[in-house]
Amino acid sequence: MSVEAVAPLPERLPPDRVPVLSMRGISKSFGKVQALTDIHLDIYAGEVVAIVGDNGAGKSTLVKILAGVHPADDGDIEFDAQPVTIPDPTASRALGIATVFQDLALCDNLDVVANLFLGREIVGAALEEEEMEKRAWELLRQLSARIASVRVPIAALSGGQRQTVAIARSLIGDPRVVILDEPTAALGVAQTAEVLNLIERLRERGHGVVLISHNMADVQAVADRIVVLRLGRNNGDFLAPDVSYEDIIAAITGATEHARPLPDPPLPAPRRIGPAR
Amino acid sequence: MSDTIGTGRSRIAGIYDDVRARVTGGSLGSLPVVVGLVLIWGIFQALNPSFLSADNLVNLTLQCAAVGTIAIGVVLVLLLGQIDLSVGSVSGLSAAILGVGLTQLGWPLALTILFALLTGVAIGLLYGFLFTRFGVPSFIITLAGLLGILGLQLKVLGPTGSINIPFDSPIVLFAQSWFLPPWLAYGVSALWAGGMFVSAVLRQRRRRRAGLSTSSLGWQAAKAGGLLLLCAAAVTYLATDRGVGVMFVFFIGLVIVMDVVLTRTRWGREVYAVGGSVEAARRAGIRVDRVYISVFVLCSTFAVVGGILAAGRLSSASLSSGGGDTNLNAIAAAVIGGTSLFGGRGSAWSALLGIAVIQSISNGLTLLNLDSSIRYMITGGVLLLAVIIDSISRKSRAAHGQA
Repeated sequence: MSVEAVAPLPERLPPDRVPVLSMRGISKSFGKVQALTDIHLDIYAGEVVAIVGDNGAGKSTLVKILAGVHPADDGDIEFDAQPVTIPDPTASRALGIATVFQDLALCDNLDVVANLFLGREIVGAALEEEEMEKRAWELLRQLSARIASVRVPIAALSGGQRQTVAIARSLIGDPRVVILDEPTAALGVAQTAEVLNLIERLRERGHGVVLISHNMADVQAVADRIVVLRLGRNNGDFLAPDVSYEDIIAAITGATEHARPLPDPPLPAPRRIGPAR
Repeated sequence: MSDTIGTGRSRIAGIYDDVRARVTGGSLGSLPVVVGLVLIWGIFQALNPSFLSADNLVNLTLQCAAVGTIAIGVVLVLLLGQIDLSVGSVSGLSAAILGVGLTQLGWPLALTILFALLTGVAIGLLYGFLFTRFGVPSFIITLAGLLGILGLQLKVLGPTGSINIPFDSPIVLFAQSWFLPPWLAYGVSALWAGGMFVSAVLRQRRRRRAGLSTSSLGWQAAKAGGLLLLCAAAVTYLATDRGVGVMFVFFIGLVIVMDVVLTRTRWGREVYAVGGSVEAARRAGIRVDRVYISVFVLCSTFAVVGGILAAGRLSSASLSSGGGDTNLNAIAAAVIGGTSLFGGRGSAWSALLGIAVIQSISNGLTLLNLDSSIRYMITGGVLLLAVIIDSISRKSRAAHGQA
């Protein structure tokens, strides 16, 4: 399989560099549906990996395995070259994997600070609101986020600002890997640009970023590496500067079965359906 | 990005914008209920001059305490977007336990109260277990509880059905005839206002140390001063009659404690988070089940405390303890006070404001010698109005992109 033959960004990274997170031969099925088969994926620090694929390609399943929502049926996951298992979301967080799901999971009724620190409040004798607010400002400044006040409820923010808060929240525990599931799906042009900037900030801060997206323009704008899934299998691992839009689309749709034999036998010849005369 | 450290002018503009945004944006908080309360008092005073007499207001404070305490618990479950329909029955059961324990079994008062409280905890645990384990809607669980616990109350009371609690029992004295001497009432008021101001000053100092924007201390001083004046005026006026009831102070104390717990502790934050979005709370690592169970336990426990206060005030426990309109008054109080039925919005103060509205109506109509048929209809109308305001402000938030 040619997938592993792709060198990890030789011009940007030293060759002895080990991936933060490495998945080997991951498989997952739901009943009779084989969602993922023998998936390989490496994530390096300070690198944006885009995972692309058509609907049903297995992107979300892959994310959920990393987030600990579903455990994998088969295969190995290594974190910092140590074999690990991710049985539940807490284990995922404890490893240093932060996942921002598409539906953001923010509490509309709470303000920005409360949402950023939800589940990790700084508590002394009481809630340390001032300390949390200070850190919230620091974090949002680092991300160059455009949020005027951290004391407004999430309900009052725009879609892009909510996405920013959700991403900023994922950084509170200082994770090694940040997974973003369709972060620009529901956003307008300006807000999308804002979020893409944010992703570049994450890379600068040295997080390994996994970006799940349908939008090829976004992917080509920020990704260092593009991993294509098709029908639950790896179908290409490209360095972003080396690959054209057409190549990626071809890999997504299966127009070229990128150095891999066809997964299915050719279809049988069409048969006539209906009453035979 | 603009930090909100601003000049005096922009600060005033900011406050104005904030107020306007709140009013038009639908986060009215307790404003409608305060306006409503003033209106109600004005109307009843016009219809019957003895409504605002010191004697009647003292009665009003004492009438508020028992059901108000139950309403604190209801506020908690509403914050989670759940409901407890059995608070009336639970308060009735606790009254029955108090009566039977004190008179027939001859238990000491402390032990009886402890036993009643533990019963409340057990009921709450059961609700929490059923809710989190089987996912039965709290509406159904507590509806079953309403009936089941009513049965238990009848069982505990036994065939006589009514038990008089001796008038010299401390619980009856506490609920009926203990009043703060004026100097102590002034002292408590000063302590409250002073505590509020000191906590504002400390917060100010922490904010300055953290390099955050600060609001003017003058405003805080004005708020604390206003509170002190209001309390002092109330104490002075009530002191022309019997004074401020210890039971009422106890109720206010519970509200304040609950408010602090809700706004200043991690548990309180978790309650609001679960009420806002269960899924978000769960993903943030909050143990949602524990939050639900703890809130059901607290709600039943507050209902028990309310039942004890009510039994003390009537110096009896009977089949009708916690019956009639206790249940619905407690729930209506929480909603009228401004706690949203949809979860995540509200405060412990809604219990106080809401019960003040309900008891004012009830008390005023009684003074006018109106039948309880009218009283029920009017209370129902006010409840409907409160829920409509809640729904409209929710829609308005959605229309302003804030929901």
